[in-house]
Amino acid sequence: MAICLGIIQIVEEKVHERSSSRVRSICLEMGALSHAAPEAIRFCFAAAATRTVAEGAALNIVELPGVAWCMSCSKSVEIARRGECCPCCGSYHLQVTAGEQMRVKELEID
Amino acid sequence: MTRTRLVEIERDILDKNNGIAANNRALFIADDLLVFNLLSSPGAGKTTLLVRAVSELKCSRWVGVIEGDQQTSNDAKRIQAAGVPAVQINTGKNCHLDAAMIGDAYRRLPLLSGGILFIENVGNLICPAAFDLGETCKIVVFSITEGEDKPLKYPDVFAASSLMVINKIDLASLLEFDVGKAIEYARRVNPKIDVIVVSARTGEGFAALYAWIDRQAGRQRRAFEDKGR
Ligand SMILES: Nc1nc2c(ncn2[C@@H]2O[C@H](COP(=O)(O)OP(=O)(O)O)[C@@H](O)[C@H]2O)c(=O)[nH]1
Ligand SMILES: [Mg+2]
Ligand SMILES: [Zn+2]
Repeated sequence: MAICLGIIQIVEEKVHERSSSRVRSICLEMGALSHAAPEAIRFCFAAAATRTVAEGAALNIVELPGVAWCMSCSKSVEIARRGECCPCCGSYHLQVTAGEQMRVKELEID
Repeated sequence: MTRTRLVEIERDILDKNNGIAANNRALFIADDLLVFNLLSSPGAGKTTLLVRAVSELKCSRWVGVIEGDQQTSNDAKRIQAAGVPAVQINTGKNCHLDAAMIGDAYRRLPLLSGGILFIENVGNLICPAAFDLGETCKIVVFSITEGEDKPLKYPDVFAASSLMVINKIDLASLLEFDVGKAIEYARRVNPKIDVIVVSARTGEGFAALYAWIDRQAGRQRRAFEDKGR
């Protein structure tokens, strides 16, 4: 929920800057290893957006993969969530290198 | 006539909080303070652990506590009864502390230069992990009544923490809890996490906790000196 409020805060700021009044769509970028699942964001967004400039806006979420460096096989591998082992060698010695982002990428406004 | 425009934003959703956290961190470093942000499920024993730790640590340095709770101010009273300044933050419907709340609360504490500030976050293993408060590091407290697989169920908080404190080890004879397994699971999520096993009730393991705190103080001092060079 706090994350949804954060999204709306950013949207409101931008909309005021451009003296617009309606947001058609919001595009987010969410990493697989970020703190919020896309389903959870979709679920609470409508409620959080009620009576704000973001009410009724479409929410597009671009999901990005989780990437980690495997210290055992010395290469970059994809993981779907934290606590998973390396898909190549089964080691848990992984250092997350990408897929933690939660960003507002772009808006479509009138 | 209206025209639809595409506006590029490229901003982190938690940008605002992260900015305030960076200000807090600069302030804490200027005041030569160690700041620990304690995270756990409700009832894991954060307050009990803090009451014992601050009673002992206050003899050798300045110690202060910021208590986060959705409703009550009981925890701050428990800390104050131990003879240490404590400020309560009631977060109401919010299930986590944020950096702005900590900035305000810090101003209400006496100067703690060279000492330690403990922050007891709201009992919740999800949201607090996402919010940087400007702390030196996060500590996750988890009690042996919760089951070994907690780190796999709530990986974010274990990934974000530098230390895992396993509490209530005095109950080990009553429960079948496999400490080795809990550590293995935590390290799957965070290979670098330190682990200390304690009982906040009996004081077992606290010497190791204080030694760990001293190492953090040494590390911070070295980082500070390196920067000054
Ligand atoms: N047996 C045992 N009980 C503990 C220990 N630490 C805390 N407790 C109990 O666990 C309950 C919750 O503790 P509290 O410190 O309030 O947890 P918090 O919600 O994380 O702050 C209380 O009844 C404490 O007495 C411990 O090491 N051993
Ligand atoms: Mg408490
Ligand atoms: Zn591997």
